[in-house]
Amino acid sequence: MKPTLLILGATSDMAQACAQKYAAEGYDLQLAARDPEALAAEAQDLRLRHRVEVSTHTFDVLDTAGFAAFLEALHVLPDTVLCAVGFMGDQPASQANPEAAAVVMRSNYEGPALILGALAERMEARGHGTIIGISSVAGDRGRASNYVYGSAKAGFTAFLSGLRNRLAKKGVHVMTVKPGFVATRMTEGLPLNPRLTAQPAEVATAIWNAQKHHRNTLYVKPIWLAVMTVIRLLPEALFKRTSL
Amino acid sequence: MQLMGWGRFPRTEGQVSTPRTEAEIAALIAGGPLIARGMGRAYGDAAIGAHALSTARMNHMLDFDPETGQLVAEAGVTLKDIIAAFLPRGWFLSVTPGTQFVSLGGAIASDVHGKNHHTEGSFGTFVDWFDLMGADGIVRRCARDRNADLFHWTLGGMGLTGVILRAAIRLKKVQSGWIRQTSIAAPNLQAALDAFEATYSATYSMAWIDCAATGDRMGRSLVMNGEHATLDQLPPAKRANPFAARGHLSPRVPVDFPGIALNRWSIRAFNELYYHKGRLSTGTGLIGWEPFFYPLDAIRDWNRIYGRRGFMQFQCVVPLETKAEGLTQILRAISASGSGSFLAVLKRFGPQESRLSFPMEGYTLALDFPVNTRSLALMPMLDAITAGHGGRFYLAKDSRISAETLRRTDPRWAEFARMRQDTGLKAAFTSAQSERLGT
Ligand SMILES: Cc1cc2nc3c(=O)[nH]c(=O)nc-3n(C[C@H](O)[C@H](O)[C@H](O)COP(=O)(O)OP(=O)(O)OC[C@H]3O[C@@H](n4cnc5c(N)ncnc54)[C@H](O)[C@@H]3O)c2cc1C
Ligand SMILES: NC(=O)c1ccc[n+]([C@@H]2O[C@H](COP(=O)([O-])OP(=O)(O)OC[C@H]3O[C@@H](n4cnc5c(N)ncnc54)[C@H](OP(=O)(O)O)[C@@H]3O)[C@@H](O)[C@H]2O)c1
Repeated sequence: MKPTLLILGATSDMAQACAQKYAAEGYDLQLAARDPEALAAEAQDLRLRHRVEVSTHTFDVLDTAGFAAFLEALHVLPDTVLCAVGFMGDQPASQANPEAAAVVMRSNYEGPALILGALAERMEARGHGTIIGISSVAGDRGRASNYVYGSAKAGFTAFLSGLRNRLAKKGVHVMTVKPGFVATRMTEGLPLNPRLTAQPAEVATAIWNAQKHHRNTLYVKPIWLAVMTVIRLLPEALFKRTSL
Repeated sequence: MQLMGWGRFPRTEGQVSTPRTEAEIAALIAGGPLIARGMGRAYGDAAIGAHALSTARMNHMLDFDPETGQLVAEAGVTLKDIIAAFLPRGWFLSVTPGTQFVSLGGAIASDVHGKNHHTEGSFGTFVDWFDLMGADGIVRRCARDRNADLFHWTLGGMGLTGVILRAAIRLKKVQSGWIRQTSIAAPNLQAALDAFEATYSATYSMAWIDCAATGDRMGRSLVMNGEHATLDQLPPAKRANPFAARGHLSPRVPVDFPGIALNRWSIRAFNELYYHKGRLSTGTGLIGWEPFFYPLDAIRDWNRIYGRRGFMQFQCVVPLETKAEGLTQILRAISASGSGSFLAVLKRFGPQESRLSFPMEGYTLALDFPVNTRSLALMPMLDAITAGHGGRFYLAKDSRISAETLRRTDPRWAEFARMRQDTGLKAAFTSAQSERLGT
């Protein structure tokens, strides 16, 4: 029987690249997004190219009350889950408007953490599984330009790290992905440095390889580990004056 | 950002948008003139301009009917994707250009041809329908019996009739991924033309022509014919897995070659070697689909070999009546100029009636030239010889012919330009090429 991958936030560019990669490697797919209509073409494409089973599901990460029903409706508990849900928001808006900030916090931390937590329970009971969360280098240190998003990702990173620690001996592996800059819908139009920017397909291959080797934390482009190590090590007295 | 075609010449400053939905495309079209862009494999300025709409994220396959071989796919799907998905199931492209890195939309907009043009026609022959979004943002299904005018203007229309969203094309059934190739060494142009005519019934044919050779060796060529190998033509070892892909992409050409690497001596030496290597291996043998159809794809980013200033391709077709005279004059002009082309291809076209497509019955010659003053001086001479022999030019390769040359050689475009003016297409879809040529 083929293994199954559940993707939360399946409309994301990175998620679509991962779907292609895992389907090419023989996984059946469960694609979940707010608007499953938007998944129809992708699902059909995956079936045609790779001859795998693909189902689509409605999933809103802000609807925490609906999580139990969502999981019930899946029929099959996936072998691997990938959470690509994320929402950058607009930093000035998040500063000015607590409701805007709350949506960013809930979309990047509360919702992803709770749904992966619920899946972890079931995987632990079953005795195996892999959980992959896409967090961000933005969570490595809060910066003026995007600390609302960054702090939510920091929370998500810490949650994944704790979950990994807890499940390490239970057959469930947890992997944290920090993609660095990726050329996706989220970053379209931003002047990204091409050396620091990955393509979605590169992210997918890196995630696939990292899962195979049971990596814990993945920086897709290794240069990001160096960059973030330097940023993390800057003394606060100095860091607070920078504009990074 | 800087936009360019495969030849890296010319370049324009422009913006690229990468829509994911029909609604986003409609909004972009409403926002002012743009040009659709697929994989950017057109050599010149056909897919560049102030605003390019990339189909990179509209690349879903939508349906396949194993009874008829009809595939429905979005315009950004590449020929490479199609082969990867369907060759293992026994299907191949009915027509393919010399690279797999081409989008479905680009293949339709240039109405591309392959080595089987003389037997099976151009890409458009196998297009059942496509959906086209026009200047008004409305999507029209175009086919031979539905919006037929628009269907025919779009085949070969270089993106100037709107944005192709999705298309239905027919694939061809094959028994293996192998080709039975026969190569013939032709010591001069006349021998090459004779070889083409003598082997006209071969499904695939093309020739590498040495445009550095002079005198009685002028136009010497390796003529290559091919047929899809059937199962019983394969040795037992290959029969078990007849579609197994062979050949891997080699590393990219890492940096621009210095322009100096390519001079008349290195080109002459290359062609000398190539011809003699080929001459020694003439005869019939099995070759994988990749080296047969896509020899250049094995070297990624090979377009950098011509250095920072880029290169131009000259591709013309001359009608049957004037082929020998026209081609001889072109080859003579090239060797007299001392300019040369690493890769020169000669091919017989079969008859084709179409609104705008490039092919017509005759011979097509394609040559690459580095961008430098010598080539830039030579090209207008080649244009004049082509025009004088009733030939015309392939806009998917072109980066520099004049509006006057196009008008003189191909009156179909003037009618197209009038149609575009009258229907509002001209204001909505423009490329650097359409502005240069007044199309
Ligand atoms: C190595 C190599 C070998 C080649 N060999 C051949 C050959 O043997 N035969 C041949 O015919 N050609 C050949 N070509 C040329 C190539 O097939 C054509 O230029 C083709 O159009 C490129 O497709 P693309 O997706 O890269 O399109 P682009 O280069 O991006 O665009 C080409 C044209 O198509 C239009 N277009 C693209 N997508 C759409 C869309 N969705 N809707 C409307 N218009 C669109 C653009 O506006 C532009 O006018 C070759 C090119 C290379 C680099
Ligand atoms: N691009 C980068 O440079 C970068 C860098 C670091 C980390 N990341 C992270 O990478 C992940 C993937 O992002 P991406 O770059 O591929 O961008 P993207 O295309 O914008 O993906 C974001 C995804 O999150 C989904 N989403 C947002 N709110 C949701 C909600 N309430 N419920 C369900 N789904 C919701 C979106 O779905 P809709 O289609 O319904 O909007 C979309 O699929 C995100 O977690 C992002 O934070 C990105």
